Amino acid sequence: MGIILPILIFLYSPFKGVKAFDTPDDGGGSITIKWELLKEDSSVMRYDVYRYESLKDTGVLIGSVLRGSNTYQDIGTKDGKQYWYRVAAIYPDTVLFSNLSSPAVSKAQWFNSKTKASLFILLFFGIVLFWFTEEAKKGKRTYIRKIAGLEAVEEAVGRSTELGKPILFVPGIGLINDITTIAALSILKRVAKKAAEYESRVIVPNFDPIVMVAAQETVKEGYTESGRPDLYNENDVFFLTSDQFGYAAGVDGMMMREKPGAIFLQGTFYAEALILAETGHSVGAIQISGTTSVTQLPFFIAATDYTLIGEEMFAASAYLSKDPLMLGTIKGEDLTKLIFIIIIGIGVILETFGIHIISNWFSIF
Amino acid sequence: MSISLNPWVWIAAFLTLSMMSFLYKDNIFYKIGEHIYVGSSAAFMLIYLWYFDVKPKLIDGFINNTGFSRWILIIPAFLSLLMLMRFVRPVAWISRWAIAFTVGMGAGLGITGLLQGFLVPQIKATILPLYVSGHSTLMTIYLSLNNILLILGTLSAIVYFYFSKEHTGPVKKISQIGITFIMVAFGASFGYTVMARISLLIGRVYFLLHNWLGLV
Repeated sequence: MGIILPILIFLYSPFKGVKAFDTPDDGGGSITIKWELLKEDSSVMRYDVYRYESLKDTGVLIGSVLRGSNTYQDIGTKDGKQYWYRVAAIYPDTVLFSNLSSPAVSKAQWFNSKTKASLFILLFFGIVLFWFTEEAKKGKRTYIRKIAGLEAVEEAVGRSTELGKPILFVPGIGLINDITTIAALSILKRVAKKAAEYESRVIVPNFDPIVMVAAQETVKEGYTESGRPDLYNENDVFFLTSDQFGYAAGVDGMMMREKPGAIFLQGTFYAEALILAETGHSVGAIQISGTTSVTQLPFFIAATDYTLIGEEMFAASAYLSKDPLMLGTIKGEDLTKLIFIIIIGIGVILETFGIHIISNWFSIF
Repeated sequence: MSISLNPWVWIAAFLTLSMMSFLYKDNIFYKIGEHIYVGSSAAFMLIYLWYFDVKPKLIDGFINNTGFSRWILIIPAFLSLLMLMRFVRPVAWISRWAIAFTVGMGAGLGITGLLQGFLVPQIKATILPLYVSGHSTLMTIYLSLNNILLILGTLSAIVYFYFSKEHTGPVKKISQIGITFIMVAFGASFGYTVMARISLLIGRVYFLLHNWLGLV
C-alpha cells in the first residue's frame, strides 16, 4: 500500500510537475522546490510543502506558501543526502496532493554566478588601482587637495602641549576588520608622531582588545619614528570595555578627569558619538572628529571643531602618510569616481530619451 | 503611588540617577556608576565571548563535528594562539600575523559587500530620466524636479569627494553644491536621530516613574 498509494496519486492527480533541485549559487544546505500552478489556483488557500527522507517516509511538513506562489526553498537540508518533496494544495474543503518529486541533493557552489558583473567591476578597478600605485612607486608626483581637518592636527597637538595637557584619541567602537578603524589608526600614527615631537602624552582608550593591540603597535611606531621611543607608555593605550555605553561612560569620565587639550574622535561611532563630542566640548578641548557613520556625522559637525566626512578619513590616511601606495589608491579611487560620474551622466541622458541600456545593465547585479 | 520594594529596581534606579547626575557635573555618584558599568560590562563581554563564541563554535565544534568541518577549526584556533603570543614578550610580534589576517579578511569581505550593497544600488537609483510625465502638469513638474535634484545632489556630492584636484573654479562651485546637499541630508538625519534619543530618555524616565516610584 505504501508504494501503491503514491503511484495512484501520481496517475490520477491533476497536480503534477513538482521539481526539486539544488538551489543554485548558494553555500549548500538548500533545495528549491518548484511546481506548476493549478488552473484553479485562485480557489486554493495555500500550498503545503512536505519533505521525504526516503520513499517509505511518511513526510514532514516543512512550510507553506500562499496561492499564486509556485516556489519554496527548503533551507534545512544536509548536503549530499537525497530528499523527495510533495506539495499539497489546500482548498477550504479538500486537499490535493501532487506527485512526488524526483530525488534532489543539496551541495555548495564554489562561485556565485549572479555576481559575475561585480567581479568584472572589481577586476577593472583593481587594475586601475594597481596601475596608479605602480606609477606612484616610480616616483610620479601625486597631488591630493588640502583637507581642513588634517591641517588642524598639528595645531591641536601643539595647543595641548602648550597647555600641558594630554591628548585623547578615541578610535571608536569599530573592530579591526572595519576599514574606518584602520583609517583611524593611520591618523593615530600621525598624532603619536607629533605628540612625541612635542613630548606630549597620548591616551587611547579602546573598545576592542584587538584594536587595542594594533593601537599599541601604532603609537609605539609613531614614537619610534619621531626618535623618542622612551616616551612611549604602553599603559596609555588600554582596553576599557566592549559595551557601547559602558565605553562612552568610561571615556566621558576620562575627559572630565584628565581634561585633555585635544580630543580626536576617529573611527566608527554610533549612538555614543554625541555623548562623547558634547563632553569633549564641555572640557574646552579642541576636537577633531572623523567617521563614515552617516547618522553620526551630523553630531560631530555640530559639536566638534573639525570633521572628516566619510571618505575624507581614508584620504586623510594617505595625505598624512604621503605613502606612494596609499596616494596611488586615492588617485585610483578618484578615477573610479570620474568614470561613475560619466556613466551616470550618459545613463541619465539615455533614460530621458527612453533608452534603458545602462540602467538594465546595472539591474543584473 | 506604590514605591517598588524590589531591591534590584532600587539599585537600577540609583545607577540611573547616578549616570544622569553627570549632566550637573562629574561627581562621586557618577564615578560609582561609571566604574560599576565599565567593570561589569567588560566582565559580561568576557563571559559572553566564552559561552557564545569560543566554547560553542570552537571547542564544542571541534568535539562534535567530523571531517572537514572539524579540522578547519584548527585555523582559527591557531590564529587565536598567535594572538595570545602577545603575552610572551620575546615572540609578541607573532600576534601581528593574526591581526593581519583579520584586517585582510575584513577588507576583502567589505569590498564585495559595499560594492553590491551600496555602490551599485546607488548608481542604479541615480540613473533616472530628467523628464517624467505625470497625470497633470503639476505632477510632471514635481516628478521631474525630484529626479533632477536627486541626480544633481548625487553627482555634486561625488565631486566634493574628488581629492585629485584643487577645489577652484567650476569644481569649487559644484563641490559647494555637493556639500550643501550633504548638509541638508545631515540636518534631516540629525532631527531623526534626536527623536530616537528622546525615546530612549522617555524609556528611562518611565522606568523611574513607573517601575520605581509607581507614579504613572
